[in-house]
Amino acid sequence: MKKVVVIGNGMVGYKFCEKFAASEKFGEYKLTVFGEEPRRAYDRVHLSEFYAGKTAEDLSMSSVSWYEENNIDLHTSEMITEINREDKTVANHRGDTYSYDYLVLATGSSAFVPPIPGVEKEGVFVYRTIEDLEAIESYAKKLKAEGKTQAAVLGGGLLGLEAANAVKELGLDAHVVEFAPRLMPRQLDQGGSDMLQAKIESLGLSVHLSKQTDFIQGGHAIEGLQYVDNTELKVDMLVISAGIRPRDEVAKECGLEAGLRGGIIVDHKMKTSDDYIYAIGEVALYNNMIYGLVAPGYDMAEIAMSQITGNSDNTMVEHIDMSTQLKLIGTEVASFGDALSDGDDTDAIVYENKRNGIYKRINVSKDGTKLLGGILIGDSSDYNALFQIYNTAMKLPENPEDLILGNRGGDSGSLLGDVMDLPDDAQICSCESISKGTICGVIQEGTCDNLGDVITCTKAGTGCGGCKPMVKDLVDATLKSLGKEVKDTICEHFEYNRQELFDIVKLKGYRKFDEVIDHHGKGDGCETCKPLIASIMASIYADTANEEAPIQDSNDRFLANIQRNGTYSVVPRIPGGEITPEKLIVLGQVGKKYDLYTKITGGQRVDFFGARLDQLPKIWKDLIDHGFESGHAYGKSLRTVKSCVGSTWCRYGMDESVSFAIELEERYKGLRSPHKLKGGVSGCIRECAEARCKDFGVIAVEGGWNLYVCGNGGANPKHAELLAEQIDNETVIKYLDRFLMFYIRTAAPLQRTAKWLDTLEGGIEYLKEVVINDKLGLAEGLEEEMSKLVNTFQCEWTQAIQDKEIMKRFNHFVNTDEPDDNLVFVPLRNQKMPEHWK
Amino acid sequence: MEEILEIYKTTTIEDVNVWFEAATVSDFPKNGGACIKYKGKQIAVFNFERKNTWYACQNVCPHKMEMVLSRGMIGDQNGIPKVACPMHKKTFSLENGENLNGDLAPIATYPVKIEDNIVYVGFSE
Repeated sequence: MKKVVVIGNGMVGYKFCEKFAASEKFGEYKLTVFGEEPRRAYDRVHLSEFYAGKTAEDLSMSSVSWYEENNIDLHTSEMITEINREDKTVANHRGDTYSYDYLVLATGSSAFVPPIPGVEKEGVFVYRTIEDLEAIESYAKKLKAEGKTQAAVLGGGLLGLEAANAVKELGLDAHVVEFAPRLMPRQLDQGGSDMLQAKIESLGLSVHLSKQTDFIQGGHAIEGLQYVDNTELKVDMLVISAGIRPRDEVAKECGLEAGLRGGIIVDHKMKTSDDYIYAIGEVALYNNMIYGLVAPGYDMAEIAMSQITGNSDNTMVEHIDMSTQLKLIGTEVASFGDALSDGDDTDAIVYENKRNGIYKRINVSKDGTKLLGGILIGDSSDYNALFQIYNTAMKLPENPEDLILGNRGGDSGSLLGDVMDLPDDAQICSCESISKGTICGVIQEGTCDNLGDVITCTKAGTGCGGCKPMVKDLVDATLKSLGKEVKDTICEHFEYNRQELFDIVKLKGYRKFDEVIDHHGKGDGCETCKPLIASIMASIYADTANEEAPIQDSNDRFLANIQRNGTYSVVPRIPGGEITPEKLIVLGQVGKKYDLYTKITGGQRVDFFGARLDQLPKIWKDLIDHGFESGHAYGKSLRTVKSCVGSTWCRYGMDESVSFAIELEERYKGLRSPHKLKGGVSGCIRECAEARCKDFGVIAVEGGWNLYVCGNGGANPKHAELLAEQIDNETVIKYLDRFLMFYIRTAAPLQRTAKWLDTLEGGIEYLKEVVINDKLGLAEGLEEEMSKLVNTFQCEWTQAIQDKEIMKRFNHFVNTDEPDDNLVFVPLRNQKMPEHWK
Repeated sequence: MEEILEIYKTTTIEDVNVWFEAATVSDFPKNGGACIKYKGKQIAVFNFERKNTWYACQNVCPHKMEMVLSRGMIGDQNGIPKVACPMHKKTFSLENGENLNGDLAPIATYPVKIEDNIVYVGFSE
């Protein structure tokens, strides 16, 4: 068995082990790893999350047992101080020696500390390891106790801004001090830097540019920074994050060739000047450059592993891409390709929107055919598409500005046009390095014929998941090109889409899942088709979720939302958010009696957390005895109709928004739909109820109500669109009945109204035709169906606690009355929460 | 956390030396599951009434170590009986415990027999 010794257990060193352990030849090698830090490799990229509550264990790249399971010897807190190339051995600080067949240097880098007089003073730190962060944290505590809060971060690059965010998280006033005239000088131009500066200043950080520090003021401890221009900044702490220095001491000492400014020289095989020694990550000097990003470091790990295991064809690409997309202090920042190009052969196109804090720049070749690079600040949603266009040298549209301004002709198609136009080697999933050719290939050669299989087979989309929409488009387009039908069937058990199943169930009058699957499907059903058919039957027959419990989605089956530790939350209905002091006291008493974590929701009601399954009926009995009923917070059904206080109290109110919100909530409560539904009613255009980000929103105006539909918050916020203007209460209800029923009948499973409207051919104009002008002649039927549902409402919790059979569902065990003994709660701000996930 | 998993070991019908009398057939929902307790173990038991078959497995989901599988929805994937965890919809074969939509460790499964309307779960001790 060949011995491989790895010096360094950072992110890249760990990745090397991970890739090695996954290789076919792993059995022929024995890995020994030395790390000088006391901990196993951890995620340094997200170091500032340490202050946001993450523990060192959360940041760890692997479990304790991973190395053991893979038979890798890990020596932490052990520093290698000597390499003997002749004997092929290494020695640690205690003098123990270990022999190797191959040696891998993954020693990384340390923080670069500029030679400024006074850096040795108390209160000056670097930002690199968890130990650094712990030292910064305890010093910050000490300062705050003395009433001191000013802290500077030296360095306005990527790492410096991360450090500034960390300092801010500690509750200090953070000052970013940068030598260059702009932030992130290697990635951003002046305009991009200005926008980023404005954004982070609005969050309370200060930025000081073009400042060169002459010396650090103070006696024993730091008191301020003295700049060379004779100005100063009084601070109580300084965190230096001004760049990195490769950790090349031990390698240099044994005579490996190094660069003038540090770093061990490697070739395209990641091999150093010694045939048996490789260097990867931030200690490796490749093409005369040190690469301070993880992605190239991971690629280097892969190359070194391939070379050692005999796959000598796998070598590093000539040009390493340094494009990045990240979130810095809450601001989206992306930079790709030649972002700063100002040459004669380039035209820059810039879009700047100070109102929204957005800056976009693309550099286009003079002849307008190629995208050379660009910068995105404040909105980097187009990064993936732009990066593809740049990276694959795709031909640009006639007006390249469309790439950042959108096609202003009204057709809002994808930036890329047709995904099939991408070249085969275009990288689609950058986490797993999967190309378009690989994805289309597995379909063309018949290995896969649907999205799920493609993902399992290629691993595309299993990392961050950002590329999934593009993978889906590619799969659909490839299937189509092969003449295979792409049908939106709901799952393997039914060859129908939701709308077709809705019509089948309604026409045949089915009341049981078994009837539907026996006549129209195959197999035993699954977690997709069962709740879907339950929802359809509820929408048609006004069933509660107590009908055929085992086919209800888990939350509906137990009439509560399952939470992180398997306990549940309880939300009684508070229509329109209006509640008497007496009822509010009841809620307080219930929360106290059952020791529940209590929080106000975004929908103007009260949420209780931490209820065990067996406690649910007791809690609900208490609530129902005091006049509450189910809030359906667990269902794909109406949640709340949020209201502002309206003309009842508000001096600006145009109408009684609370009264109308209560009326609407009472009308549609319990209504089962393809996805959850939320409503809002505002008493004037100031819109305090935020009605336009709801599935339906009503706003009082001169002469009546404006009715908006198909908005939502969530991952893709969308404002609701105007359906009708200046209409009275009855007309609002008439249109809403028709709109909601039309949505319930025709939407896809788990499709919110906004997405549904997107897929509706003709969009809002078509919807107006159907709802207002009754173009399809459906209006009467839709209203009738809705009135049936409205008139047969039952509170399913009242139903549940009165029925012994239903109550059996809420025992944790069927053979004993004991509760689940596996639950662990920890204290949190005078309440409790579940123990953290490991 | 790992020690929770250690007490659950797949048991085949040949290994069984204890048939634990868990409950009656009617204590379990048709085409659904419920949880039983046996000597500190939580075992999920599922009644596939459509096929007149019963399955049992550990109640703890190996993804986040919560005692929830008995509350999951059952069904089949290409004929393989499965349960979907109510937390994140991880699905497991009830025949061999394999994670059908990911790379999680398999869950332990146990044999079930029905005699005179009584549900027995088999353990090896």
